[in-house]
Amino acid sequence: MISATDLKLTFGKGTPLENPALRGMSLTVNQGEFVTVIGSNGAGKSTFLNALAGEVMVDSGKIVVDNQDVTRLPTHKRANRVARVFQDPLAGTCENLSIEENLALAIKRGQRRGLTSAVKKQYMKQFSDSLSSLNLGLENRLGDKMGLLSGGQRQAVSLLMASLTPSSILLLDEHTAALDPKTARFVLELTEHIIATQQLTALMVTHSMKQALEVGNRTVMLHQGQVVFDIAGKERDGLEVKDLLGLFEKQRGLQVDDDSLLLG
Amino acid sequence: MLSEIAFYGALETGLIYGLVAFGIYISFRVLDFPDLTVDGSFPLGAAVAAMLIMAGWNPWLATGMAIVAGMAAGAVTALLNVKLNILNLLASILTMIALYSVNLRIMGRPNVALLGEDTVLTPWYELGLEFHQVPVLLFVIVALVVLVLLWRFMKSETGLAMRATGANPRMARAQGIATGAMIVLGVALSNGLVGLAGALFAQSQGAADVTMGVGVIVIGLASLIGGEAVLTPSTVVRALFACIIGAIVYRLAIAFALNADALGLQAQDLNLITAVLVTLAIVLPGVRTKLTHRFSRKQA
Repeated sequence: MISATDLKLTFGKGTPLENPALRGMSLTVNQGEFVTVIGSNGAGKSTFLNALAGEVMVDSGKIVVDNQDVTRLPTHKRANRVARVFQDPLAGTCENLSIEENLALAIKRGQRRGLTSAVKKQYMKQFSDSLSSLNLGLENRLGDKMGLLSGGQRQAVSLLMASLTPSSILLLDEHTAALDPKTARFVLELTEHIIATQQLTALMVTHSMKQALEVGNRTVMLHQGQVVFDIAGKERDGLEVKDLLGLFEKQRGLQVDDDSLLLG
Repeated sequence: MLSEIAFYGALETGLIYGLVAFGIYISFRVLDFPDLTVDGSFPLGAAVAAMLIMAGWNPWLATGMAIVAGMAAGAVTALLNVKLNILNLLASILTMIALYSVNLRIMGRPNVALLGEDTVLTPWYELGLEFHQVPVLLFVIVALVVLVLLWRFMKSETGLAMRATGANPRMARAQGIATGAMIVLGVALSNGLVGLAGALFAQSQGAADVTMGVGVIVIGLASLIGGEAVLTPSTVVRALFACIIGAIVYRLAIAFALNADALGLQAQDLNLITAVLVTLAIVLPGVRTKLTHRFSRKQA
């Protein structure tokens, strides 16, 4: 379980560019939930994910993961509980390391690293098994440099890396947004498959309302650094994009002016 | 042409600068941390080793302390960057400047001669080899041992974490790697190797001098870049061999340039030649790619 309580964060405090990104954000994600997070540009989606991961420190509020207060812990000390896939397919892997070296980095996520060989023989079966589940033929290319792979392949491997060791929460930050539609669909299906088979708890930020409703079992909408609505279960089933818009306008008395949300 | 003694002399210095190139490979290539501390940690290693040998220490122990001193200097640079958020290049310049005073303090005077002292080379002269071949033999062994150790390290869990830190720090943090600690470890390791090079240089030249570090960074970089131009560094082990080969090629090129009477070059032209060679080493790989492109297009 992961819970964020009353998170507040302002960028550039005391400058003309002062920008309150989180204004009292609270959200609790229970074990096994797959939450999709939606919101227009500047709603605080990425900042919220960065705050959960430890990349940015909140000004106030509290973040608890599995009963441990991690609010003040830096990224690398949360990594044993928090797994992450970035939006940029190049960000989640190291291009000048081989595929097996990238996987070897991920299999030790959040654990002590010693002086024994990083790519161990006993990992090989797990590496090639999980790679062959992608049906990309990567299991035969373990020694190839990551940089030789396409963006979609790299994002698929990032996803594998994030699920190689157990985590309390998997953070997905618009991880299909930079891919072409066909590859995006492939990566999204892979995401659903991995989350379902490993029963992961996940938080997925998306720019598409349609995707937010199709995937996962709970949807949260952010606006101006706060949760404006949070739907799950029966209430969410059968909901369509236009219903979501209606819900948003009713809650806020606002028109959604971000076209990409509607078109995505 | 190059005399035999000049040839072995170039090999000897080249092997020592190969160690410097290892250090620069770690900072510039693995960690992407432009570190100029080496101009100070090279004479630091020389000064520490020379003073301890004069004080009657075992030369290998003295050399070991030179490594420790170099590591400490590197750690200072890295901590200035990681903890105090000083730009990496500037942090290294600060340490380098400070080391000038430290080195003068250690030696108590601008230079120390090791004439008549036992050095790491002394026992090797009894093997019956030619006088000028002895340092080459010992330094080949040292360079290869360091190469194997570094290669093993870069393939270890910690070494891989260090490589990830330099290549993609955001990803490294997300994998639970303490990137700050990796930078401190890496820059310390790098300068430890440079301290070792300084200690060996002092022992093979028979003296430590406070100015002997001037331009070490440029020579090290020249070796690294030159080696990469000769041997494409697609793997860690190739990159490490490139460091040694680059350093030797560089010293041989310098020796040829200075020995070729027709060119009319003299010892004081050394820095000018260095600058020209570094420029060539940087530019030539690009030219080579262009030429092969043109060539393959014609064939097609």
